[in-house]
Amino acid sequence: MKKIIAMTLLSAMVLSMTACGSKEVTEEATTEAVATEEAATEEGGQLVMATNAEFPPYEYREGDQIVGIDADIAAAIAEELGMELVIEDMQFDSIIAAVQSGKADIGVAGMTVTEDRLVTVNFSDPYTQAAQVIIVKTDSEIATPDALAGKTIGVQLGTTGDLYAEDIEDATIERYNKGFEAVQALTQGKVDAVIIDREPAKVFVEQNEGLKVVDEEFTVEDYAICIAKENSELLEKINTALATLQESGKLDEIKAKYINAE
Amino acid sequence: MFEKLMNSFLHNFIEEERWKYIADGLFVTLQVTFFAVILGIFLGFLVAMVRSTYDKTGKLKLLNFFCNLYLTVIRGTPVVVQLLITYFVIFGSVNIDKVLVAVIAFGFNSGAYVAEIIRGGIMSVDQGQFEAGRSLGFSYFRTMIYIILPQALKNVLPALANEFIVLLKETSVAGYIALQDLTKGGDIIRSRTYDAFMPLIAVAVIYLLMVMLFNYFVKQLERRLRNSEH
Repeated sequence: MKKIIAMTLLSAMVLSMTACGSKEVTEEATTEAVATEEAATEEGGQLVMATNAEFPPYEYREGDQIVGIDADIAAAIAEELGMELVIEDMQFDSIIAAVQSGKADIGVAGMTVTEDRLVTVNFSDPYTQAAQVIIVKTDSEIATPDALAGKTIGVQLGTTGDLYAEDIEDATIERYNKGFEAVQALTQGKVDAVIIDREPAKVFVEQNEGLKVVDEEFTVEDYAICIAKENSELLEKINTALATLQESGKLDEIKAKYINAE
Repeated sequence: MFEKLMNSFLHNFIEEERWKYIADGLFVTLQVTFFAVILGIFLGFLVAMVRSTYDKTGKLKLLNFFCNLYLTVIRGTPVVVQLLITYFVIFGSVNIDKVLVAVIAFGFNSGAYVAEIIRGGIMSVDQGQFEAGRSLGFSYFRTMIYIILPQALKNVLPALANEFIVLLKETSVAGYIALQDLTKGGDIIRSRTYDAFMPLIAVAVIYLLMVMLFNYFVKQLERRLRNSEH
């Protein structure tokens, strides 16, 4: 037994040491990456955007392309900055980590500005207003957000819906990796309601029979682009680009293209 | 450096009682693994008996066919896909406890591997042992139970232990059906703190400790079983 304990301690020590070591390395790499990116920005290099392309109409796959409001806005910004847009598709809860570690320059994924997120990354000016809504079955008795108390609620892990759902009294929260899986669980009667962003909710309700969106919105919020804390230069550039796009009406044009198509 | 780690630890585990995600997750992981192992042994044993009876005597042709089908399908598809099929297709229309879904999916998966391990053990026992049993007047099944299986099980113990270690770690994909197991617990913390380091390392260390503890018990068991060899 002593040997076991010794082994355990030893491995824990080795692990933590290598772990710390690698963390330092990543930090160095990040600063380097940021440095090279800044250099690249001037030359008009790549703008790497992290997103989760399972969130229509903000970002989704059409054929082998990732399209949607966020993808178009990011493309417009990249054009303004004279850079080439590269989209990296990943899990939603990995986006901030990717931006923070320099694996991506910006995160554009229908991301709401929250205090928790502001601790880790910076956000640009909001580019659109959104809301969290509740999807239920057509015959459900849930008609207001208050009626969610004590219910089983499906959400997508790490989304604002997930964060807010935690505050609902006695509710059981089921965190799916993807928004559509939560909706699927709802159609199969595994959860009572799904909290998700308004625009994707509309798409999901349209595509699945027997579902509806509860009229009263759960919360109203702003979407913004997240950028690493160290990269304030890029933040300014993006805010300037967003303002230009807003003035020229390009932003509204993009949003109208996807949202008012119904 | 140390202070930074300490702060990160406090932020990830102590604030808002986030350690509870890990603790609850650990409990779910243990629960799923434990019952899946039992189901896996039961199924694996059954299938191995059918298959080796067919190999040795040519009986149970139809059952052998179904067992083969089961092995082919289960071993030919990834466990994540099996888990998703179990949850969204097989139990698609019923609201069923997710721990049970995971136990069934992982149990059936493990059963296929256990079956082949046990069958290998049975086949590895010398044919002469079998003939000796039969010539002493034991029936087929008595020979199996009293002579072949005790030797076979001893031979396959390391391979079985390996299978259970694999199973324990495979349950980490249970998060796909929104089951909050140990890995998902770490993921939830990660999605709250946006820190990859602490939650992932903590989860890894817990898995490692569980496997080491399990290995220790298996070693003890193997040593006891070897006592008869001298």
